[in-house]
Amino acid sequence: MNVVTPFEGIGASVKRKEDLRFLSGRGQYTDDINRPGQTYAAILRSPHAHARITSIDTAAAAAMPGVVAIFTGADMPDLGGIPCGWQIHNKDGTPMAEPMHPVLAVGKVRFVGDAVAAVIAETRAQAKDAAEAIQVEYEVLPAVATLEAALAPGASLVHDDVAGNVCYDWHIGDRTVNEAAFAKAAKVIEFELVNNRLVPNAMEPRAAIGDYDPTTEDYTLYTTSQNPHVIRLLMGAFVLHLPEHKLRVVAPDVGGGFGSKIFHYAEEAIVTWAAGRVKRPVKWTAERTESFITDAHGRDHVTKARLAMDADGKFLALHVQTLANMGAYLSTFATSVPTYLYATLLSGVYATPTVYAEVKAVFTNTVPVDAYRGAGRPEATFLLERLVDVAAAETGMDRVEIRRRNFIPADAFPYQTPVALQYDSGDYQATLDQALEAAGWAGFEARRAEAKARGRLRGIGISTYVEACGIAPSAVVGSLGARAGLYEVGTIRVHPTGSVTVLTGTHSHGQGHETTFAQLVTDRLGVPLAQVDVVHGDTAKIPFGMGTYGSRSLAVGGSAMVKAMDKIVAKAKRIAAHLMEASVEDVEFDRGTFRVAGTDKTKSWAEIALTAYVPHNYPIEELEPGLDETAFYDPRNFTYPGGCHICEVEIEPETGITTVVNFTAVDDVGRVINPMIVEGQVQGGVAQGIGQALLESCVYDSEGQLVSASFMDYQMPRANDLPMVSVATHTTLCTHNPLGVKGCGEVGAIGSPPAVINAVVDALKEYGVRHIEMPATAAKIWGIINASRPAMAAE
Amino acid sequence: MPQVTLTVNGKTSTVDVEGRTLLVELLREKLRLTGTHVGCDTSQCGACVVHVDGESVKACTILALQANGSQVTTIEGLAKPDGTLHPMQEAFREYHALQCGFCTPGMVMSAIDLVQKHPDGMSEKEIREGLEGNLCRCTGYHNIVKAIAAAQEVMHGRAQSLAPAAE
Repeated sequence: MNVVTPFEGIGASVKRKEDLRFLSGRGQYTDDINRPGQTYAAILRSPHAHARITSIDTAAAAAMPGVVAIFTGADMPDLGGIPCGWQIHNKDGTPMAEPMHPVLAVGKVRFVGDAVAAVIAETRAQAKDAAEAIQVEYEVLPAVATLEAALAPGASLVHDDVAGNVCYDWHIGDRTVNEAAFAKAAKVIEFELVNNRLVPNAMEPRAAIGDYDPTTEDYTLYTTSQNPHVIRLLMGAFVLHLPEHKLRVVAPDVGGGFGSKIFHYAEEAIVTWAAGRVKRPVKWTAERTESFITDAHGRDHVTKARLAMDADGKFLALHVQTLANMGAYLSTFATSVPTYLYATLLSGVYATPTVYAEVKAVFTNTVPVDAYRGAGRPEATFLLERLVDVAAAETGMDRVEIRRRNFIPADAFPYQTPVALQYDSGDYQATLDQALEAAGWAGFEARRAEAKARGRLRGIGISTYVEACGIAPSAVVGSLGARAGLYEVGTIRVHPTGSVTVLTGTHSHGQGHETTFAQLVTDRLGVPLAQVDVVHGDTAKIPFGMGTYGSRSLAVGGSAMVKAMDKIVAKAKRIAAHLMEASVEDVEFDRGTFRVAGTDKTKSWAEIALTAYVPHNYPIEELEPGLDETAFYDPRNFTYPGGCHICEVEIEPETGITTVVNFTAVDDVGRVINPMIVEGQVQGGVAQGIGQALLESCVYDSEGQLVSASFMDYQMPRANDLPMVSVATHTTLCTHNPLGVKGCGEVGAIGSPPAVINAVVDALKEYGVRHIEMPATAAKIWGIINASRPAMAAE
Repeated sequence: MPQVTLTVNGKTSTVDVEGRTLLVELLREKLRLTGTHVGCDTSQCGACVVHVDGESVKACTILALQANGSQVTTIEGLAKPDGTLHPMQEAFREYHALQCGFCTPGMVMSAIDLVQKHPDGMSEKEIREGLEGNLCRCTGYHNIVKAIAAAQEVMHGRAQSLAPAAE
């Protein structure tokens, strides 16, 4: 065994192991998989946002060529509803409203896209043709498409048994203390804003294949999922009533998720159940518009906030009231997003002594809303960082100074916020300083003047943020209503020749775990990267796992691997001690070599591995053969990445078109395993944040029709909409996991939107703009500029 | 049922298709060349881009019958038989220009055509404008633009080998 160069270990920008197959067209995404005898499913969906189903006639459709079977909700009386994974309690202690979410609609449809019937046919085209031939009669009911409509007196009810369309009315923080602080304020800033509804739009549409073996009664589901074990649990235990040993869930290569592929969707249950009925594999693949009207959407908050300040600009208290759209049904983690992933972050990077937040979650006749990249933390950050800029403007303070004055100081960690979280580490002044320097903040006014001479409005905006990820301590989330533990699982399988297979319960769908997780092994065990493979995404191979979301894979999954490697090293040292006739306490291990301390007696990694599997000379009485260990890791706290994003824009006043001319991100993501991958994650997150801020808008009309349901109508960021993104890191280590890592998957999308909007508002300051809602489209900005033009011309 | 005869990655096939069968369906479902992906149904995302007679084409926007008699190259046919990657494939790997990999085949095929059509080379802005027909949700395009800028130097013979990405 060669001693490994350090360049493949922790901190090395090694190229990705997964790239060759993707670049050669050899990835295996769900729709690329074809099972012998496969049939195809097409789902007939509701064209109405709210309607009573008065009849469904499938006779003509059933007689069409190639049709194998047609199923409706009436065919599934024994199936459970699609469950919600997190129970929130109301202010009065009663549990949230949790209406039934049938796999196929029963009695009523509640959003455009709600599944009404499933056609199984020999070909995709035949299934679609037959679905169109199903006759459904609807009695159309009034729809509530917005938060405002759903909460209006006398509003139509999405669920007959949910009064006022309110899912829950929840709060956090001490109201009495909060009110007392407001009473002492020298200045109170009042502010309202919207966090715009988004469509995640992973490039791979969702797909699912159900397979059934009648001889063993085993079911297999291939699905576009970020967490196959969670899908097995939710679908098996709650919907189909299948025990785990009879249900295998495979999430092969997955083409992006961004949260939207965490959740258990009806189509997964439909194809699995239908495969058992027709005794053949059943494949379903979403078309893009079908994705728009069935993938869980993100964000959609309306918020009122009040910030109390003293005469020196110090924050005294924050009071927040948020309305959160749940859509028509509760998606898997929907209820946790505006509560424990949002309101708990409302202290932000600031030492605000009291925060009180009230959140009302509301049903509407729209697609369910759930976690999308950042999930709650972007909403909290957007509110805080806009509010702080407004406070600076209205008290005449400098935007940087007001932040510095209120930061949690670097020596105050661990820091207990007034909204439950305890931040373990961070240095907000340092990330701010580094970002100001990198972005050339001091030289901005000269650039503004130069732009003005060219007829352009130039602005700069700043955002300083912290987020909570690496979810999560099971006992903590359990006490808050989570119905699962959020530990992670890792197996390190050392083969007889010393190469290693890692089995992880997390899932990689763009994050590069096959590379970074292998780097952890290389760093610790000294096995060259080429001799380490990472396996994920199959419940038949991996002991267990909770999957990938909330930037948890490295912090929780990587830590489980470290624990498993600790066990491997401990056992390997005992084998080495036996071979070298030394005491185990005297055996040292460093990157591939076992040594008796202070001597030149050594054994290589490969020799120990071989001995473990060929135990001829082995302490067999006290040690089992083999070198294969599994560990579960349950984190002690969340992790708290933070940082500073600075955005610089130019606006063309004649058109309102905004160009992002510079974007600087300085993020503290804890220890960096692979800088190349971290930069890529941040760049991608920032792109989604800029998309939210300037381009992306999910629009329903008043009847509940999604009018932005294709890539022609929903403006995804294209190459020419985005700048190069300057990314740097400033590290403080996480104090409670063995790697010191915090997570980097979501920081880009969390920190960036307020930096962009703060820059736009800064560019428009001569027009007296206090706030502009996202997306700050060219039309919106042109309207602002144009509205003030006559007045300016008259001056 | 009508037949279509076409040469894909150097191999000629004759396939029965319906009149409505799209080229991408023929490639994925009849020839099992699943490297070409479908990301939308409206010719917006470019995940399905292949080369038909040397030109980049969105394979979801052309009927299989329209490709009758054509030479088609897909992502599977880019590398040399000995496995040597096309400079564009190599550049995408070197510059971390892919994450989930789903848009990648179409992005690579579009990028190659784009470079071939600009023998004098493209600026960053021209590369960004040239990628108008391809969506990526993962990378923010930053590294895709860098990869194409590096690959064009090799493809036009101005560089012997790919410039390494900065550490």
